Amino acid sequence: MRKLKLVMVGNGMAGVRTLEELRKIAPDMYDITVFGAEPHPNYNRILLSPVLAGEMTIQDIILNDLQWYADNGITLHLGARVTQIDRRSRSVIATDRDGNTVTVDYDRLLIATGSTPFMPPFPGRDLPGVISYRDIKDTDEMIAAATQYTHAVVIGAGLLGLEAANGLALRGMKVTVVHNSEWIMERQLDRTAGKMLQAELEKKGMRFRMNSQTSELVAGESGRVAAVKFKDGESIPADLVCVAAGIRPNVELAEKAGIHCNRGIVVNDTLQTYDPRIYAVGECANHRGTAYGLVAPLFEQAKVCANHLAEMGIGRYQGSVTSTKLKVTGIDVFSAGDFSGADGAEDIVLHDPGLGVYKRIVLKDDKLVGAVLYGDTKDGAWYFQLLKDEQDISDIRDHLVFGNAHLGDVGHKGGNVAASMPDSAEICGCNGVCKGTIVKAIQEQGLFTLEDVRKHTKASSSCGSCTGLVEQILASTVGGAYQPADSNNKAVCGCTDLSHGDVRKAVREHKLLSVSEAQRHLGWRTPNGCASCRPALNYYCLSTWPHEATDDPQSRFINERAHANIQKDGSYSVVPRMWGGLTTPAELRAIADAAEKYKVPTVKVTGGQRIDLLGVKKEDLPGIWSDLAKAGMVSGHAYGKSLRTVKTCVGAEHCRFGTQRAMELGVKLEKMLYGMWSPHKVKLAVSGCPRNCAESGIKDVGVIGVDSGYEIYIGGNGGIKTEVAQFFVKVKDDDEVMEYSAAFIQLYREEGFYLERTCHYLERVGMEHIRQRVLEDADSRRALHEKLLFALQDYSDPWAEISNDPSGGSLKRDFEIIKV
Amino acid sequence: MTAWTRICALADVPTLGSRVVESSSEGRIAVFRNSENQVFALRDRCPHKAGPLSQGIVHGTTVTCPLHGWKIQFEDGQVVAPDVGCVKPYPVKVDGGDIFLQLAPSSPPG
Ligand code: SRM
Ligand SMILES: Cc1cc2nc3c(=O)[nH]c(=O)nc-3n(C[C@H](O)[C@H](O)[C@H](O)COP(=O)(O)OP(=O)(O)OC[C@H]3O[C@@H](n4cnc5c(N)ncnc54)[C@H](O)[C@@H]3O)c2cc1C
Ligand code: SF4
Ligand code: FES
Repeated sequence: MRKLKLVMVGNGMAGVRTLEELRKIAPDMYDITVFGAEPHPNYNRILLSPVLAGEMTIQDIILNDLQWYADNGITLHLGARVTQIDRRSRSVIATDRDGNTVTVDYDRLLIATGSTPFMPPFPGRDLPGVISYRDIKDTDEMIAAATQYTHAVVIGAGLLGLEAANGLALRGMKVTVVHNSEWIMERQLDRTAGKMLQAELEKKGMRFRMNSQTSELVAGESGRVAAVKFKDGESIPADLVCVAAGIRPNVELAEKAGIHCNRGIVVNDTLQTYDPRIYAVGECANHRGTAYGLVAPLFEQAKVCANHLAEMGIGRYQGSVTSTKLKVTGIDVFSAGDFSGADGAEDIVLHDPGLGVYKRIVLKDDKLVGAVLYGDTKDGAWYFQLLKDEQDISDIRDHLVFGNAHLGDVGHKGGNVAASMPDSAEICGCNGVCKGTIVKAIQEQGLFTLEDVRKHTKASSSCGSCTGLVEQILASTVGGAYQPADSNNKAVCGCTDLSHGDVRKAVREHKLLSVSEAQRHLGWRTPNGCASCRPALNYYCLSTWPHEATDDPQSRFINERAHANIQKDGSYSVVPRMWGGLTTPAELRAIADAAEKYKVPTVKVTGGQRIDLLGVKKEDLPGIWSDLAKAGMVSGHAYGKSLRTVKTCVGAEHCRFGTQRAMELGVKLEKMLYGMWSPHKVKLAVSGCPRNCAESGIKDVGVIGVDSGYEIYIGGNGGIKTEVAQFFVKVKDDDEVMEYSAAFIQLYREEGFYLERTCHYLERVGMEHIRQRVLEDADSRRALHEKLLFALQDYSDPWAEISNDPSGGSLKRDFEIIKV
Repeated sequence: MTAWTRICALADVPTLGSRVVESSSEGRIAVFRNSENQVFALRDRCPHKAGPLSQGIVHGTTVTCPLHGWKIQFEDGQVVAPDVGCVKPYPVKVDGGDIFLQLAPSSPPG
């Protein structure tokens, strides 16, 4: 088949990102030609600010070097400006750097021409020394001017203007910022935050001239600009004028070719222009009335556009919410969403002028719609996530403005203090990755997402407790280019674009009964998925279609295949179940005998009230299980995404304070839930009175006995980030505890995403949802309870199944070693 | 030439699974079978922290190590970027439904 020809005009961040995405999903579909007016390969435009400030060099900010284009077979014309698109003959005409005309045909054309800086029409705008701030050339010119001249004037106090002013000031120039409204960054900040920022920048030596209209740029004797004159008649000296008065989508080429434009090239949700062979992405495009000027939304566009170019047909771009962060070292400003004070909006403000902290959050209909933070921006990412997810905040409204601080500095989403940490500070305790390594990887490899950082540095890829910190580092290193993933729509893994929610829905609606069937039906990109998606798919099929779906052992993590926990040296641990934490002399004797017989090096009491035999060889597992089975013991599932333990205290059976029979109820709950697979592990506890010796407050389901019955708490977690369980319901007897707990757990089994503990599930769907399905609707509760019991019926102990497998049987075979 | 040693029947290795072979000269070797019924053999020792690759999840022509998730390619034993490292691959073939392994590199002719 003839390859299609794809031509791209504009070699900037959005366009090249589209090619990278395309290369991932359809590497051989197109012959690609790229025209870039600048003489450089694709670089990280955002980081021009640190380059100007002297914190980085041009070399540091190259994203794709020439070798990258060569490796991917892309024909690159650098320093070549496209002058015309001929839609009838489907070709583009360019002038290359030697002045020659180049004509290239296309089947698909991608316009990614970015923006042009807006130059207000005052006289003198063409004088030498008057520049805008957009590319490497401008940056070089400013750096050169700073070595030679004294006075700089920056016109426009938006993000770009202030970053330019900061850079020039750091390079020793006397900088005045001229702005035509009452406070700086008025589009991103409210008045108070704007004034605080101005005061801080003044302390760094910048001067501001507010409410000023420039009337003329005046030339000096040399012909170079020498002064800026204002409408009020005053003028100030200027050897360099940087105009940062806004940007305009670069639509010249498209307009000339008769493509519909309206403040940008108008595109649909698949980034096609009115000519379906022609796509547009980036700052030049106008999607649903918005032309974006920050990279995060442009990268989202790039992904959808690549998907459509690859003829995959899934994925739509639906617009983005954006956030901004000023990249001036030492100053923290964050803003997101709408804070203009629309109808029905309410403000919560925390202002401490002494500490230099200002926080304003705007609520509407119990949702966060805007946030401005000054001085203390550590909660920016958290607010932005709440805003994007449109999460109902009524439950946390009373402490919302104080931020996510109760999560401490290892919070999942909030993060903390990362910006002020030294490079040597260890961020990821699991993989021993320090801050400097992460920052370096972000800068050198051009990383923008948490996933990228995980892949390249391993930080936050294990327990995930440092996720908040890594997100912080990303945000402070790449500025507004960092887009926290949308928790609800994140793709399962690189094998698909579908989210966990999409997959769950498809498994239910199309009755998908096995991993391979699901992969085929959902168009998985890889032949058999990967170690991330296969276990998730397997769980979704099994939990949605109990007794009908086929379990695929090879799609389970080794622990669930070997029915034991793998250890760092490749040996395994054996944890027999002790119902409710109870055992007998006979069981203890059998455990002791087995430990001796199989030379178990370590015997330990676990945190879950049972005994762990650590360091067993895989070949010995069926044998040791069989010995334990003779004493009546079964698997403790200490290894599975499954029911773990039901911890109990001695309760009213023995304790002088006990109000309820905690051990008895604990054993009943554990027997009911035995053999249950779930999105993540599930732990319960039953305490006999509010002294709570079984720690019910940090369990997925915690039960506390009181005089008149039981209180049930849900969504607790004692692990990576301690989460106190929330009060759910008060019930009168054991039967009700069983029914209500089972119903909640079943709902979690049906709706939870794979590897989502109950606390994260609860945070995602909200307590109200659970209350409706379990408390308010008795039929729904009973149905859930029954579904759980149905799914668990006829479960048999996996240890017994494997160890009773006759020799040569296929189950036992996997444990045997072939000697040659 | 080193001789081929018979290991087991192809059917004794689960699809998308593995078996462990213990050789007196080479130590532990993991023998994998993918969904296309191709068979591969690697030293059963992850270049990262010596994890047993035989216990990993097999996908395509790659296995994900069970301990910390490095991915190792069957054909050449190379680790998938951004991680770096390699594992020794062994020549392996299927003949008449049986799997054969070559335990030491063939000596040069002559
Ligand atoms: C054996 C035990 C430690 C002990 O010696 O006490 C243990 C051992 C492991 N825990 Fe744990 N946890 C053990 C009790 C706990 C507890 C306490 C409890 O259950 O009361 C917690 C906190 C409570 C909780 O989960 O809410 C706990 C929180 C974790 C976490 C963090 C979970 C979270 O959602 O934040 C992990 C990581 C994970 O599951 O992803 C983990 C993972 C692990 C793994 C399975 C790590 C792994 O994936 O290989 C450890 C296996 C070690 C091995 O080589 O065998 N373990 N782990 C405990 C077994 C209890 C049992 O009888 O089954
Ligand atoms: C100093 C600075 C700091 C910034 N900081 C941030 C930040 O902190 N956070 C953030 O999110 N965003 C920031 N931005 C904005 C961000 O860089 C842009 O949103 C992004 O680069 C736009 O990508 P694009 O591909 O649409 O356009 P560009 O990256 O501008 O690429 C367009 C390319 O097309 C070329 N081109 C145009 N016309 C033609 C033609 N006819 N023929 C051939 N080539 C052509 C141009 O030369 C240019 O190289 C900053 C921008 C600047 C200048
Ligand atoms: S829960 Fe109450 S009754 Fe039970 S052991 Fe603890 S203190 Fe005693
Ligand atoms: S030992 Fe294999 S990934 Fe660490």
